[in-house]
Amino acid sequence: MSGGHGHSLYRPGDSPAHRLPAHVKLLALLTFVLVVVATPREQYWAFGAYAVLLGVVAAVARVPAGVIVRRMVVELPFVVFALLLPIVSQGPRVDVLGLSLSEHGLLTGWNILAKGSLGVVASILLAATTDVRALLAGLQRLRVPDRLVEIASFMIRYADVVTGDMRRMRIARESRGFEARHLGHARVVAQGAGALFVRSYERGERVHLAMLSRGYAGAMPLTSTADVSRADWLRGAALPLAAAVVALTAVLT
Amino acid sequence: MHVPDGFLNAPTSVATGAVAAAGVAVALRKAQNELDERTAPLAGLTAAFVFAVQMLNFPVGIGTSGHLMGGALAAVLVGPWTAVLCLSVVLLVQGLLFADGGLTALGTNISLIGITTVVAGWVVTRTVLAVLPKRPASVVPASAIGALVSVPVAALVFVLLFSVGGEASLSIGALTASMLGWHTLIGIGEAVITGLTVSAVVAVRPDLVYAARGLRAPLQLRRPDGTLVPADAPAPALAARGSAKPLLIGGGLVALALAGIVSFFASSDPDGLEYVAEGEGFLATARDHAFGGFALADYGEVGGIPVGVAGVLGVAVVVAVGVVLFRVLGGRSAAPARQEEAVR
Repeated sequence: MSGGHGHSLYRPGDSPAHRLPAHVKLLALLTFVLVVVATPREQYWAFGAYAVLLGVVAAVARVPAGVIVRRMVVELPFVVFALLLPIVSQGPRVDVLGLSLSEHGLLTGWNILAKGSLGVVASILLAATTDVRALLAGLQRLRVPDRLVEIASFMIRYADVVTGDMRRMRIARESRGFEARHLGHARVVAQGAGALFVRSYERGERVHLAMLSRGYAGAMPLTSTADVSRADWLRGAALPLAAAVVALTAVLT
Repeated sequence: MHVPDGFLNAPTSVATGAVAAAGVAVALRKAQNELDERTAPLAGLTAAFVFAVQMLNFPVGIGTSGHLMGGALAAVLVGPWTAVLCLSVVLLVQGLLFADGGLTALGTNISLIGITTVVAGWVVTRTVLAVLPKRPASVVPASAIGALVSVPVAALVFVLLFSVGGEASLSIGALTASMLGWHTLIGIGEAVITGLTVSAVVAVRPDLVYAARGLRAPLQLRRPDGTLVPADAPAPALAARGSAKPLLIGGGLVALALAGIVSFFASSDPDGLEYVAEGEGFLATARDHAFGGFALADYGEVGGIPVGVAGVLGVAVVVAVGVVLFRVLGGRSAAPARQEEAVR
């Protein structure tokens, strides 16, 4: 856990990608992923082109490839599913290395693997180049309801505190010789979770009182009102526009 | 269960995105009634709690472990609308900061994990609560059964989405059977952890448990001669109990409707499967190919039976878990009574 004012995935830097306003980056990411998802899966080259585009962004943002690869483990469960698909799908079958695989399943597995990985890498790039506060302000500027952004900001601020609480409870359990081995031990772990809820909720009440004593009247003040220049919009649009060109070519050919 | 990008096609992703946005918008308005202006800090801290608890691994069997989804748990603890907000925010943050769950699939994930598990868990919990005796401890088995049902229901909705916008040619019958089977197992783990967690909170701060509101016995004073006299019952508690009734009736009706839809699902499956099997020539090839012995292939071969079996199994498991939890609970609530005797 990295304490303080960041999240563990943010890599501070001063690249053009870091300087771009967060809501521009959010929109660019969303458009890019939508374009990728809408691309017909038989156009294999198009996905290579998307990967190259993301590679360029990573180079501009100076995010090392190793970092991206290490963070891609979150998609592991669906990689397993994608690899199973050729085996369990129906339809005409082809022999690959002595295995009888479903053609349609192979195509579907590839589809999930390619689109899922591109989406994950794009999200990793956003998280690596955007500070949490900037991201929240970006959501606010994209007209995500204030209440939702506030909840998200409290969640992010206190996630480390609550996880730290949980870690201390675990250390306390383990220092008394407890180790969860089977479902029968779930009671102990669950009691910890119950205590964690009571602590979190009571902390929330204290936070609310502290806010009231500082003049909170139902809404947080907006802190960033900087305007976005045309150049920023153009720079932000570069990735989705390039992707759209690739997708159009893929659909038309 | 976080769905990545590209799992469902673009139109389905956009449609579930609209459903999720509408659901969150309704939840935003209704959550005001649950937490008034304290919504932001309390829901934020609860979201952080859900986030932390999802990292909590519990052992399932030999060498494997599962983790909580937390939809039913959050609904029971802080109320359904706040729970929808909390889980949606957790999913949003996981998608944006941790690349867990695709951005285009965010709507799907919120609809499945944020809305379906919460609503299913809440409706079932309220329905079970209506049957059980009116005391805070009843929330424990009710929440466990709610959690147990919420997971397979979310799996069913996923299958429904997959059959509409999925890009694979899996037979829907086989997919339904395997998803239901696995998620009934996952649901058992979810039920055990949810029930135990709720019981831990009920034991310490029953006033914090949203589902236990209005279930507490009125305060009674014991006279020196041993007779019990009701203290002046606070008016809000009575009002809360009165207003719970329409909610219970409504919950029961929704549960009935849900049961109707689910049973429709089960009965229409064999037809759908036969259709797919004939169309794909699957029945003929099922015995020939190298993976004829594969577990999932078997599901297809025996047709609709596994679906029915899974359903019966699910009901049996619900009853069994309910009975076990009732026993555990009975032992627990009997203890204070005995203490009381001793004191007297």
